Amino acid sequence: MLFALLGVVAVGSGVLVVTTRHLVHAALWLVLTLGAVAGCFLLLSAEFVAWVQVLIYVGAVVVLLLFGLMLTRAPIGASDELDSSRGQQVAAAVTAAAVAGVLVASLVDSFRGARIDLSGDHVAGSARQAGEAIFGSWVLPFEVLSLLLLAALVGAIVLSRRDISPDPVPLDTRSGD
Amino acid sequence: MTPVYVAVLAPFLAAVAGFFTGGRRPRTAVPVAVSGAAVALLAVLWPAAQAVTAGATGRYGDSAHLASVPTGTLPIGVDLRVDGLAALVAVAVGVVALAVQVYSVAYLKGDPRYSSYAAFVSLFTAAMMLVVFADDLLVLLVGWEVMGVCSYFLIGHHWEQPDAQRSAVKAFVVTRLGDVGFLFGIFTLGVAAGSFRISHAVGEAGRLSEHTVTVATLLLLCGVVGKSAQFPLHVWLPDAMAGPTPISALIHAATMVAAGIYLVARLYPVFLAAPVTLAVMAVIACVTMLGAALAALAQDDIKRVLAYSTVSQLAYMLAALAVGSATAAVFHLLTHAAFKALLFLAAGSVIHAVGTNLLRDMGGLRKAMPVTFATMTVGLAALTGLPPFSGYFSKEAVLGAAEEAALHEGPVASWAAWLVLVVGLLTIAVTAAYVTRLWLMTFFDAPRSGIAVHESSPAMRWPLVVLAVPAALLGFAGLGHGWLPHWLSLDERVPGGITPLDPAFPARPLHIGAVTSVLSIVLALGGFAAVLAVWRRAPSRDPSLRLQRLRPALEEAFWVDDLYDRLFVRPVRLAARSVRWTDDGVIGAAVAGSGTEATRVAGLLRRAQAGNVQTYLTGLLAGVVLLAVGVVTLT
Amino acid sequence: MPLLMPLMVGALLFALGVYGVLARRNAILVLMAVELMLNAVNLNLVAFDVYLRDGLLAGQVFTLFVITIAAAEIGLGLAIVLLVFRNRATVELDGLTDLRETDPPTALPVTADEQAVAT
Repeated sequence: MLFALLGVVAVGSGVLVVTTRHLVHAALWLVLTLGAVAGCFLLLSAEFVAWVQVLIYVGAVVVLLLFGLMLTRAPIGASDELDSSRGQQVAAAVTAAAVAGVLVASLVDSFRGARIDLSGDHVAGSARQAGEAIFGSWVLPFEVLSLLLLAALVGAIVLSRRDISPDPVPLDTRSGD
Repeated sequence: MTPVYVAVLAPFLAAVAGFFTGGRRPRTAVPVAVSGAAVALLAVLWPAAQAVTAGATGRYGDSAHLASVPTGTLPIGVDLRVDGLAALVAVAVGVVALAVQVYSVAYLKGDPRYSSYAAFVSLFTAAMMLVVFADDLLVLLVGWEVMGVCSYFLIGHHWEQPDAQRSAVKAFVVTRLGDVGFLFGIFTLGVAAGSFRISHAVGEAGRLSEHTVTVATLLLLCGVVGKSAQFPLHVWLPDAMAGPTPISALIHAATMVAAGIYLVARLYPVFLAAPVTLAVMAVIACVTMLGAALAALAQDDIKRVLAYSTVSQLAYMLAALAVGSATAAVFHLLTHAAFKALLFLAAGSVIHAVGTNLLRDMGGLRKAMPVTFATMTVGLAALTGLPPFSGYFSKEAVLGAAEEAALHEGPVASWAAWLVLVVGLLTIAVTAAYVTRLWLMTFFDAPRSGIAVHESSPAMRWPLVVLAVPAALLGFAGLGHGWLPHWLSLDERVPGGITPLDPAFPARPLHIGAVTSVLSIVLALGGFAAVLAVWRRAPSRDPSLRLQRLRPALEEAFWVDDLYDRLFVRPVRLAARSVRWTDDGVIGAAVAGSGTEATRVAGLLRRAQAGNVQTYLTGLLAGVVLLAVGVVTLT
Repeated sequence: MPLLMPLMVGALLFALGVYGVLARRNAILVLMAVELMLNAVNLNLVAFDVYLRDGLLAGQVFTLFVITIAAAEIGLGLAIVLLVFRNRATVELDGLTDLRETDPPTALPVTADEQAVAT
């Protein structure tokens, strides 16, 4: 029951994320959604994932998004400029409904009656087990991922700094630094 | 056989040389063209002499097989054959071609296109030589068609004039119409006889079924009627006068129109085996003979008078063939070649001097142009068939053959022979009438044009004099006891089985009947006297005006051209217009419509390229969903 | 617990993310919608991991990886958005239509360069 409640909270606040007319509210509703999803993880016994979700998503990503809002001088208060044209909205709604319909239909068709057994001693989501899995079986992808993160870091810096332009600045203009 | 090769190749090489060098070195054009014709003439004199000397003892004949082209079914052989008929006709061709070439030097002096003109005349001569010497129907067809093409170019020599263009196209199309039948006739005969070789087909003639022979000869007759300008397809010849006068002489006298008659003579045993075809020939010949002579009576253009007389005289030859005497036909062909070439060249001389074709602008030329007058008088007398001149003998030979076929048994039904006899005699009177009219209006009375007229240059005069000799005297060749029949040694009668090319086969002497002779002379004099009487009353008036209401019908040649215009030209034009409308309105509209429609639909697609990433992504995801649904439901 | 429960939540969140990506004009809101979709995927991964009792914990480890990649993505995405904003003073997606199909020119326009060449 608790899971259903969290699911309703996640979906409900998700609806608000994509429909609200306040930019900042959208970010805050996103926090709620992500938090609810973290709760779902917890209920699914994926303890470590849930904490990582809270730390990284709720903690870091949303803060980053808020920074982005601030830097792009997002309007404060209700705004009608947030959504695309009415036709595009209708097309998006239809597409999204179709996606949902296809997903729901195929999932219901495939997994009707399947149950997740959470009883007993099989709890495989603790920090210990997750750490053993990552640094045991998955160490190589993990290292590759660290490289990816580094690349993303460098990329983000290059993109956002004003004094590093894509065009090489002639040497003589920099000689004064 | 060497002279034969030379006779065919010399004018051909002259033509090639003329085409390739004429434009750059106009000075060489004259010697090249004249020497080509001269060499050809000299070359054919040798076999002709052999034929004449061999005539007394037996047949002269020689053939060469140069190559055989395998076709899968009947092979096409490049075969040449020379015999008495071929040699004598070739001599006529050579003489006329040489005379025309010499004459053209003066007639077309200063013409910028002389070199190509002379080359075409050479090619024409070569083609005619090929027709004369070919022993294979398809080789003959090659010469036949090359001649057609050359006639198109030569008639259209003055292509700046719309008249010449139209006549050239008309000549080409009308003769081509006949050639369609001719081609199928060749196929029918060749397949039935098992070979395209003429000598073989002639030998097989008696063994073929009558239906096959009738069909084949009727089809061949289409080509003959087209080339020799006989009744349904005669319309091109009078219009072909738009070409230069020497070309008229060449086409009319010895080559193009003679080719049809020559072909029938060559294949004569085959035609003899088909009495139906002979009867059809007789009827065509009679209609053409009288009709053309009557039309000649009212023409105002001197060349058109001569053209209709050619049509009429060719009909005599066809009539001779119909009543079973190929010798008479070829005899008339030879004499006609002589006097008609003479007449055309003389007419050219007159036109050159007066500067007009119209009879009503001539008159009184007798004193100014004595040589032309004398030679033309000889030609006209020969055309009428007055006794000492060549035309008399050949025409009498034709009438004699008709009389014989009518009274005794001939290859054709006797009613046809009677028809030929009666119409032939009537035509003599009409011929005498139009000849007299031409003669009087051209040379007598006072001059009607203000131009100071003088005799033509020697290059134009000499061919006249040279041609006047055979025109006057050639007839005596037919008189001698069976000379000409022996020389020609044609296969004429079919006693029982055919024995063609049999050296011992006796040639039939020409028959000149006393009754027909007297009748024709009387009729000729009657026609002459009638016109003279009319003319004397008013020398400056056209005697044909006395015909009053009949005259327009004759002048328009019984409106055959108008009839064809209504029957064929206008429906074809109508059909062409509807085809064009279909092309524009249906096919073109469909093409243009598909283009504009594609642009319109593309415009709709262009709307989608709005540059908005969200639109694209919407389409992309919708597509993915559709694909997923499709995969799920279809599998 | 029925397996369908997390799956349904995931499916609906994903559809919401699709709607957000397609219907929102503001680039940062689009990024938020992308996060929604990623979370839907994460939920699915964890649900199936638990359902299948995977010995290698593949689903959960993948979830961690996805979270990491999402962090990298959001960082780069925001950097790009900032760059766009700096160049164009707008972050509205339907304004960025430089690649749209323009009307075909009726006659060939003479550009300034060509005029310079001609003169």
